[in-house]
Amino acid sequence: MTALPAPLVRPRVYVLVWLALLLLLALNWGLAQLNLGPSNLIAALAIAFVQMMLALLFFMHVRYSTSLTRVFVAAGFIWLLVLFDLTLSDYLTRGSVAGRYDKSWEHGAWPANQSVPPAR
Amino acid sequence: MAKRPAHLAVPYDDLGQQMEAATLGMWTFLATEVLFFGGLFTAFIVYRYAYAEAFVQAGRRTLILYGTINTAVLLTSSLTMSLAGYAVRKDDLKWLLRFLLATVFLGTCFLGIKGLEYYHDWQEHLIPGRHFPSALPVQGQIFWFLYWLLTGVHAAHLAVGIGLVVVIAWMAAHRRYSSSYYSPVQISGLYWHFVDLLWLWLYALIYLINRH
Repeated sequence: MTALPAPLVRPRVYVLVWLALLLLLALNWGLAQLNLGPSNLIAALAIAFVQMMLALLFFMHVRYSTSLTRVFVAAGFIWLLVLFDLTLSDYLTRGSVAGRYDKSWEHGAWPANQSVPPAR
Repeated sequence: MAKRPAHLAVPYDDLGQQMEAATLGMWTFLATEVLFFGGLFTAFIVYRYAYAEAFVQAGRRTLILYGTINTAVLLTSSLTMSLAGYAVRKDDLKWLLRFLLATVFLGTCFLGIKGLEYYHDWQEHLIPGRHFPSALPVQGQIFWFLYWLLTGVHAAHLAVGIGLVVVIAWMAAHRRYSSSYYSPVQISGLYWHFVDLLWLWLYALIYLINRH
């Protein structure tokens, strides 16, 4: 027998993590009621990230896992970042590159209520 | 040579190795789920960026109260699922069953609240197509298309999770698990927590960032 079959986490830890998650939920809901401009988006995503990490580390036992398990956990998320990176490096830079491009993808190029331009 | 435990399958040396193999298997599946939902998230990010103003006008029509209550319900179900995992380690089969049934109950509550929310959205015609409210920008339909798709696929995953935990609870009631064999409880827990984790991002993307 090399390793324990699985970590035995005390119920106290689970309850504390649950309370932290609910507190962050209340904070997230509260912040959404205020108009903070672009900070709304940053705050909501940052809080969701912290909540995700709490769930991963404690509920899903990543904190207590072997290195091999952690590599498997990280793999999915790393490929997700590659997906985001390659996709957004296109959409976010359209208009910054010389040459012909579709202006309709520029940020704010389509104000609300403007109808969709015809397909070319 | 020591006698092999009854629950130790053939290729493994000990229960620890068997448990780790099961954990890796579940995480491999969850990695495919990360990328499955990742494609939808990518679509959401691209369109949120392109039609920021339309997404805000359309996103304000989501019912944040239902979303917030549902987040709390799901987080609590993750707690009861974790506590089920603790109870089985302590050979407390009575509480194992109670916590599993509580998890099923909370998951079902989530779907019920979601259904109520869907009903209100339906009443408001917040569905892409001919009857979409003309007061909202055209691109708002993209927001509502992604809303139905993301929450619908998530609800389907939760329904699968409920079925899974019902099976685990049935097996627990038949005393199939104990402190010497509990990996199905832990592995189902991983799936359950993952569906919870997904919802945290849906809550932020759908209900929170499109209000101002």
